[in-house]
Amino acid sequence: MDSLLNEARPPVFCPGCSHERITHALDTCFENMGLKGNQIVMISDIGCSGLFDTFFHTHAFHGLHGRALTYGMGLKLARPDLHVVVTMGDGGMGIGGAHLLSACRRNLDMTLIVLNNFNFGMTGGQFSATTPPDAQVGSGFLNRLERPLDVGRVARSAGATYVTRCSSYGKDLPEEIEKAISHQGFSVLDVWGICTGRYSKRNKLTPQVIEEKLQALPPIQGLVEENAREEYGRHYREVAATLKPVSPPAKIEKAFDPPEKERREVILLGSAGQRIITAGEILCLAGLTGGLEVTQKNEYNITVLRGPSISEVILSPDSIDYTGIDRPQVVLALAEEGVQRRKSLFSDLDENTLILQVQGVDLPPMRGTVHRLDFKGQKIKSTDWALAALSVLAKLNKVISLDMLRAALGNRFRGQVLESSLALVDRVKANI
Amino acid sequence: MGLSFMEGNEAVAWGAVEAGCRYFAGYPITPATTIFNTMLQLLPPLGGSVIQGEDEIASIGSCLGASMGGLKAMTATAGPGLSLYSEHISFAIGSEIPVVIVVVQRLGPSTGSATRGADGDIQFMRWGSSGGLPVIVLAPVDVKDCFSLTMHAFNLAETYRCPVFVASNKEIGMTRESVDLDAVPRPAVVERSGAVPGRPFLPFEVPEGGRVPHFLPIGGEILVRQTSSTHGADGYITTDYHAIGRNQERLKAKLESAVDRFSFHESFTHKEADTLLVAYGVTARAAKAVHQVLESEGVPQSLLILKTLWPVPETLIREKAKRVKRVVVVEMNTGQYVREIARVLPDKHVDFFGQMDGRLISPNQIREVVRHG
Repeated sequence: MDSLLNEARPPVFCPGCSHERITHALDTCFENMGLKGNQIVMISDIGCSGLFDTFFHTHAFHGLHGRALTYGMGLKLARPDLHVVVTMGDGGMGIGGAHLLSACRRNLDMTLIVLNNFNFGMTGGQFSATTPPDAQVGSGFLNRLERPLDVGRVARSAGATYVTRCSSYGKDLPEEIEKAISHQGFSVLDVWGICTGRYSKRNKLTPQVIEEKLQALPPIQGLVEENAREEYGRHYREVAATLKPVSPPAKIEKAFDPPEKERREVILLGSAGQRIITAGEILCLAGLTGGLEVTQKNEYNITVLRGPSISEVILSPDSIDYTGIDRPQVVLALAEEGVQRRKSLFSDLDENTLILQVQGVDLPPMRGTVHRLDFKGQKIKSTDWALAALSVLAKLNKVISLDMLRAALGNRFRGQVLESSLALVDRVKANI
Repeated sequence: MGLSFMEGNEAVAWGAVEAGCRYFAGYPITPATTIFNTMLQLLPPLGGSVIQGEDEIASIGSCLGASMGGLKAMTATAGPGLSLYSEHISFAIGSEIPVVIVVVQRLGPSTGSATRGADGDIQFMRWGSSGGLPVIVLAPVDVKDCFSLTMHAFNLAETYRCPVFVASNKEIGMTRESVDLDAVPRPAVVERSGAVPGRPFLPFEVPEGGRVPHFLPIGGEILVRQTSSTHGADGYITTDYHAIGRNQERLKAKLESAVDRFSFHESFTHKEADTLLVAYGVTARAAKAVHQVLESEGVPQSLLILKTLWPVPETLIREKAKRVKRVVVVEMNTGQYVREIARVLPDKHVDFFGQMDGRLISPNQIREVVRHG
């Protein structure tokens, strides 16, 4: 195989920069692996590591600082056969820290080469996430106050299946890169190097010093056994292959004539746990069995197990434009929390509004027509009050009929739940 | 004719699948989460991928990767996530990466109110990117629109190689309604144009007489370069300011000169009207309701419901406003799109009514503004 280096665009690094050695090592690795340019995508982001994609005759994707791994995720899932090689500096690794952690956790088959030269070379040698505290850098004293990040240890503890820490000056760098690319999963290479343009002007860093520093650390070399597991993409496709395609949305045909011919607006005022939203849905489904157009708008707190739960339902023989309800024909007052949240609603009501008031729920002063319900006396649990109130509504032949309600339950529930809800609807008494 | 019962967010997902979307990535956020939930039901069994990104930046970033890999990609979020999308929206604009971005708007600023609606990000979608180049923004009114405009969004993203927004709202996305999806007109699905055979492929070369480069995916036989840097036709950095300037003008013109072809709208024109009511999104539903009321009260007025917001459909707006003296703009914010209407119609009297408190603007409120100013 031939070199994949782009002869028209030779490396342009500062004299002595270790990035140039890595460029050639990467090319040697591609050659040794017998890869063609169209089998590889080089992904890079910002900084001197961001020049890498231009040096190779491969597919290339150059994007924003620290985000290279995010592009790699989409590309690899779209093109599983492609070798995805990502170059990032220590700067990009810092700003894209969340992406590094997630890539380690996911184990999608990509190779990340961190060109770690301990500073932001391109912007003037400021400190990065890997700058030692005793280094002289372009950020004044700030690096003295922060602790550098050990890329290899972080990657391992985040779940990476392959991590190697090595020097740009190692003779076996092409082989190290090849092992990482050949790994079936996410592989991280933390390659230490020298930024001659900025860093080594003020800090004593030579290939020898790098070697000594690496030797002084516990080795991080290759497969991480405790993290070994399936490659994400293949695993994803395996699981997805077992999933059944979803049927198109169900359709409900008109089966009954609704008891009322005009647009009807109903507000269910309850509390969390009373199945208010489900009752609103059932009311809508009942409307559909009557050939009506319907809308449902809900309101509940972010913490779903407490506080008010409100559903606003409109049923109409004509198409529904405005989905708000300013003066409903029916209010189901099922809990204090819901009534309190919408107390301003009540002042506008007149006798044309029917209010089904469950005993124990106080109403603000108002002029609506109140129909009181003693659900406790009928031994109905509070979780069933919303459905029971729909049953009362149907038995009063308001908005929906009993046939419509029963058909709606048949659409929404199956088995035991259907039976018990039908039984509840039957036994509820419309009057105290 | 049976009816289905679904919310706008579900309809967005069904429309996306119908349009050929095979990659979705998103980060959970109310009120957009149910798009993610539905896509997760729909796509993996079809061989597509749905990813929950570690954050919004990763979600849209991976969409750009998947799109360049040849898949139609979509993401969905609300205002706080849109803020984080910004750098990748700029990338998609400048580097011509097709992607559909659904913004289910909620009440801001900032984290605001997760479960309350607003149309407070209408200018943000247009201007929330570096460089200030245009985007396409479509605004659905109801569940039907969520389905069909999402399909159009994919088609436009492919046709013009650009990010396309679907500007929804909690009040559309999370409101469930009856709908006959089979009766919704659906556009023919547009696929990417590919390369011209027998010519060397340059990733940003514009065909003679056209404004949009052909598309080849990364990962195919022919090498493809993609870059967020200022580039020439070959996808390498350029410093040729003539080429740079021409390219910026092209990126602007390819959308602004084409908007007449995708100026989606609904309108009701009354010959004797001296007022034109302009609305979009969920507010258009109240406007429609009040339009009928005002008709019955003998107050003739015309109504224009805009479903393409950006680029501003100027020809359409001028045409619909031709006969009237006065224009009333109503929106769920403190005054955003009215700026565009006033700019396009300098010779008309423009009144504005806005409300941004989490409540829908009601037909009665609009009636008051139309009747009494």
